[in-house]
Amino acid sequence: MEAGAAAGAVPRGGPPAGEGKGAAPRSRHRSSAPRIRAPQWLKYPVIALSLLPAAWLAFALWSDLTRNTRLLGANPVKEMEHYLGEWNIRFLVLTLAVSPLIQATGWGWLIRYRRIFGLLAFLYIFLHLTVYFVLDVELDAALLVEDVTDRLYITLGMAGFLLLVPLAITSTKGWIRRMGNRRWNALHWLIFPAVVLGMVHYYMAVKRDIREPLVYALIFGVLFWARLRNRRGSRGQAA
Amino acid sequence: MLIRVTPRHAIPSSEVTDESVYRNRREFLRQAGLLGAAVAGVGLPRLARAMDGAGPQGQGPGKLGAVAMGEDLRKDLTDWGDVTSYNNFYEFGTAKDDPAPNARAFRVKPWTVKVDGLVKKPADYQLEEFMKPHRLEDRIYRHRCVEAWSMVIPWRGFPMADLVRRVEPLPSAKYVEFTTLMDPKQMPGQRFPVLDWPYTEGLRLDEAMHPLALFVTGVYGTDLPNQNGAPLRHVVPWKYGFKGCKSIVRIRFTDREPATAWNKAAAHEYGFYANVNPGVDHPRWSQKRERIIGGIRSKATLMFNGYGDQVASLYAGMDLAKFY
Repeated sequence: MEAGAAAGAVPRGGPPAGEGKGAAPRSRHRSSAPRIRAPQWLKYPVIALSLLPAAWLAFALWSDLTRNTRLLGANPVKEMEHYLGEWNIRFLVLTLAVSPLIQATGWGWLIRYRRIFGLLAFLYIFLHLTVYFVLDVELDAALLVEDVTDRLYITLGMAGFLLLVPLAITSTKGWIRRMGNRRWNALHWLIFPAVVLGMVHYYMAVKRDIREPLVYALIFGVLFWARLRNRRGSRGQAA
Repeated sequence: MLIRVTPRHAIPSSEVTDESVYRNRREFLRQAGLLGAAVAGVGLPRLARAMDGAGPQGQGPGKLGAVAMGEDLRKDLTDWGDVTSYNNFYEFGTAKDDPAPNARAFRVKPWTVKVDGLVKKPADYQLEEFMKPHRLEDRIYRHRCVEAWSMVIPWRGFPMADLVRRVEPLPSAKYVEFTTLMDPKQMPGQRFPVLDWPYTEGLRLDEAMHPLALFVTGVYGTDLPNQNGAPLRHVVPWKYGFKGCKSIVRIRFTDREPATAWNKAAAHEYGFYANVNPGVDHPRWSQKRERIIGGIRSKATLMFNGYGDQVASLYAGMDLAKFY
């Protein structure tokens, strides 16, 4: 079960590994949340639901191109890029929310959703880049190079994406075993700089109205803060 | 089929194309030839007359007239639906689809336009008086946004030069400044300091006098929808779209280069001139190509948005990378 395996990646002070199999962990969670255990199969509808935005986008593009509809509006390429970028951010939020949520509620079974959300975030950023390269840059390698080298927000966004690639590759049980918890955790710490790069990219890409990127920045700020707080709080008692 | 009486301006009905025709692209395309003939028949000689003596040196009015009419662009017209739903009009919200719903209740009547500054005949005009002496013309122009997308739009308006002559600027006047209405009650976008409201734009006087520069009151043969800058905006087709000031309430003649809204917001990104120029990139994106609104296609951006033959002489000897 990936839950048990991935639990090795829980930040220091998180619920002990292996909680996925047994009862909810008796960890130092702060709330008195009721012990809830979701069934194993819940992940399938969650994944299916998470793929709906991508499916809708594919349908809308097909419909606009072949049936003369306007589901993607007047500027479909930009619309697709923004849509996919925003879903990437949403899944990054969910990914980073898992550990603090476990800390707060003690629902250790949530851990299996961290990898699911992380991979979904990667899927959406991969699609974001695919649309950018195929439809926006129109497969023009020289233009791509110019964009990446000359435009800081693209440079930063691309760097953020590259940081996520090794995380997606090493998300399997096999890699976690091969690397060992400590090294795997160290590598997957890269999600934090990746998020920061992605947010700066988002902020810079916006022309003038920065309210939306600021809202997401605030959410990430809260999630980062919750992590630091948990970490500090548990350091004394750990080990 | 071609008859529709527009309430606001007295336009010969033979010149007006039914809005519903334009709403449907395919039907429109089928009838394009017919419409083209109708519009050209009425408009071309009139425009040629208007151009007489107005064109820059060395240019026959006929050629400029044809460019201004833009008949060759008719096949590339952007859908009415896209022209009226994909708008940058920050006074009504920063998203492209904000202005259409947010401007629905916007009151464009009565409307006063103040003409002041270095001018012999300053006045506060009711829009009807402002318009009255001018003949409205239909012109199809390329519209290139600084955000690297473009449309082809059939405007209806009159040459800015006609108004400038009418109000008689003083010899000291070198620039014209345009100001958008300031009314946060009606314009919800103005409640946020996204830009330094009210929106202002400006042109050099010789740019304003160029026969391609237009005051616009209509699009697609009908009154300008609110989200497109009703009741009065201006259009300078060789410049990026943001140079066109919408819902204009003031036209001021001055001897100094006016401060412009986007230049104040980000001077390194948006210059005073803002001539369409594929050779000078926006700091954050390329200006070499443009996305054609209404699909996924793109095309190469043309110097001065394709109006170089008509306007390049205005900038002779200027470093356009410096004066972007």
